[in-house]
Amino acid sequence: MAFLNYILRRLAFVLPTLFGVSLICFVLTYMLPGNPALVKAGPFATSEYLQEMEKQMGLDRPVHEQYFRYMSGLLRGDLGESASTGRPVTQDFLQRLPATLELTFASLLIAVIIGIPLGVLSAVHRDTIIDHVGRVVGITGVAMPSFWTGLLAIYVFFFLLDVAPAPLGRLGSGIAPPETITGLYVIDSLLTGNWQALRSSLYQLMLPAATLGFSVMAPVARMVRSTMLEILESDYIKAAWAAGLPRRTVIYGDALRNALIPVVTILGIVFGFLMAGNAVIESVFAWPGIGNYAVTALMTKDSGPIQSFVLFVAVMYVVVNLLVDIVYGLVDPRIRLR
Amino acid sequence: MTNLLDVADLTVHFQSDAGAIEAVDHINFSIRRGEVVGLVGESGSGKSVTSFAILRLIRRPGEIKSGSVRFDGVDLATLSEEQMRRIRGAKIAMISQSPRTALNPVIPVGKQISRLFRLHEGLSARVAEKRMLDMLDLVRIPDPRRRAGQYAHQLSGGMCQRIMIAMALATSPRLLIADEPTTGLDVSIAARILDLLRELGAKTGAAIMLITHDLGVVAEICDRVVVMHAGQVVEAAPVRSIFHAPAHPYTRALVGSIPRVDRDVAMTPIPGSVPSLLNPPPGCRYVSRCDHATDQCRVARPPLESRGQDHDVACYYDIGRQTGGVAA
Repeated sequence: MAFLNYILRRLAFVLPTLFGVSLICFVLTYMLPGNPALVKAGPFATSEYLQEMEKQMGLDRPVHEQYFRYMSGLLRGDLGESASTGRPVTQDFLQRLPATLELTFASLLIAVIIGIPLGVLSAVHRDTIIDHVGRVVGITGVAMPSFWTGLLAIYVFFFLLDVAPAPLGRLGSGIAPPETITGLYVIDSLLTGNWQALRSSLYQLMLPAATLGFSVMAPVARMVRSTMLEILESDYIKAAWAAGLPRRTVIYGDALRNALIPVVTILGIVFGFLMAGNAVIESVFAWPGIGNYAVTALMTKDSGPIQSFVLFVAVMYVVVNLLVDIVYGLVDPRIRLR
Repeated sequence: MTNLLDVADLTVHFQSDAGAIEAVDHINFSIRRGEVVGLVGESGSGKSVTSFAILRLIRRPGEIKSGSVRFDGVDLATLSEEQMRRIRGAKIAMISQSPRTALNPVIPVGKQISRLFRLHEGLSARVAEKRMLDMLDLVRIPDPRRRAGQYAHQLSGGMCQRIMIAMALATSPRLLIADEPTTGLDVSIAARILDLLRELGAKTGAAIMLITHDLGVVAEICDRVVVMHAGQVVEAAPVRSIFHAPAHPYTRALVGSIPRVDRDVAMTPIPGSVPSLLNPPPGCRYVSRCDHATDQCRVARPPLESRGQDHDVACYYDIGRQTGGVAA
């Protein structure tokens, strides 16, 4: 019962946050220089047509009315129109979202699979060569901008070694996408047993996911390392050694189980970072996701998609952090049971 | 029959930037089978380090510099890490001084006990569970089945200590090291924990090494006492001798610092504090706090010598001869 309460309390925090996010999004767009009506009307529009367009878009109304209009649209799932594609932004978004999610989850998975063991090894072999190598790898990942590592990876693995595919989207040429179930090609081709699409999509995913995963692996590894160091000094780990538990149980059972609790928090932050970091990487790898869409919109000063992208990333961030709080409660009995 | 535990010439150093900290310096003591021995001294006198050294759990920057620990006739230093691991928890168990933080916060307490049965005795999950519940019953935890599923933060301090005792005694160890087992507990609960320890020790035939700074606790349950000061053993004697005829000035000071209500004697605190163990001078480490210190004490460390039946003292000054013992 206490846990249900905990979740409800977390939820109560989410609503005001989302409201704040939408408000900031609106204000930013409102204050942005440039006239959205001008973009939509085109460079050769007459001033009468421009005025007509402004009226149609509600830009001649007072600011609070504009906000009300924007919010009521938002609540109906209406994010406005993209001036360049001429389609509703919501539609464009939903079409591109699975690509972004697939890339994000894959990167997160790579960051976790490499980052956690790396952090544990660094802590257990503190101040040895293993720890130093882990540190250098981690710092390199953080210090190098991901578009640069992405380009470098393409140059080395595609151009020089030819072990990676051309950075051109989610599937190799001539491969049909699998039947849509979740929209994630890897999952869908697995579910439908479409091995050709599975292989191709994994192959295409490999390089961009590794690039992004590499950039966020370090915070995960560092967090695991520092909490592990602290926990390895704790009374209950000393007690575990004194009780004759095998090394593997002490480190990967007793210690890591506790160390993973703060790591869940870091994963929430990393997820947000990935959503934003996607924009650049998707452009580098011609990945048809929402990041790529937003960058294209930015080039053409298409305000609808940009505004929606910012809003979407912010909302995802809030939602993921809510999930983090819930998972936190699930893994930590001190929160779940009081 | 050989002693259960023989600690001979044990020295443990901790390397620091300023030099070696001589936490435990050439100590000698023994524990017989089934005996309750108190290891007494102020904070920083090396009691806990000694217990970790016995279990070979001293880690960097600490290091066992010399000496041997013989347990059941076997020199523990000669064992492989895997053989040593089989002794920890199974033959020599430990109760730590902070029961709540010594329990893993994310594992139900019952599982922390039952897994020891599976590990050290190879029992099946079902039998281990049953033995665990028996153990909780033995340490008098009410409603064991419900408590077993709970986590440390849901239990009181006294309850956590009972769990720790159950954990330590689960695999019938020959030696139980109890490091300040009653610190942080209410007086009445502390007394019950001590009773329980003594009773279960007697029942299972386990010897108990009780680490404490509380002579009241010592008087209550110990057979023999080893007094440590600044990493050295200064006196070892049966509990009666310690209280009625303490020979070392430090032991006398410890006994004199017990508040007493039955007699109109002011309690005297011990002057000064434990001296720095960083590159200490060669002589007796009590010299700066001692009323009887001579030049000899400053130059050479007094050896631990026998002063009669089962009574060893490391002091040049013979209190027994001077005062004829402390009347009590």
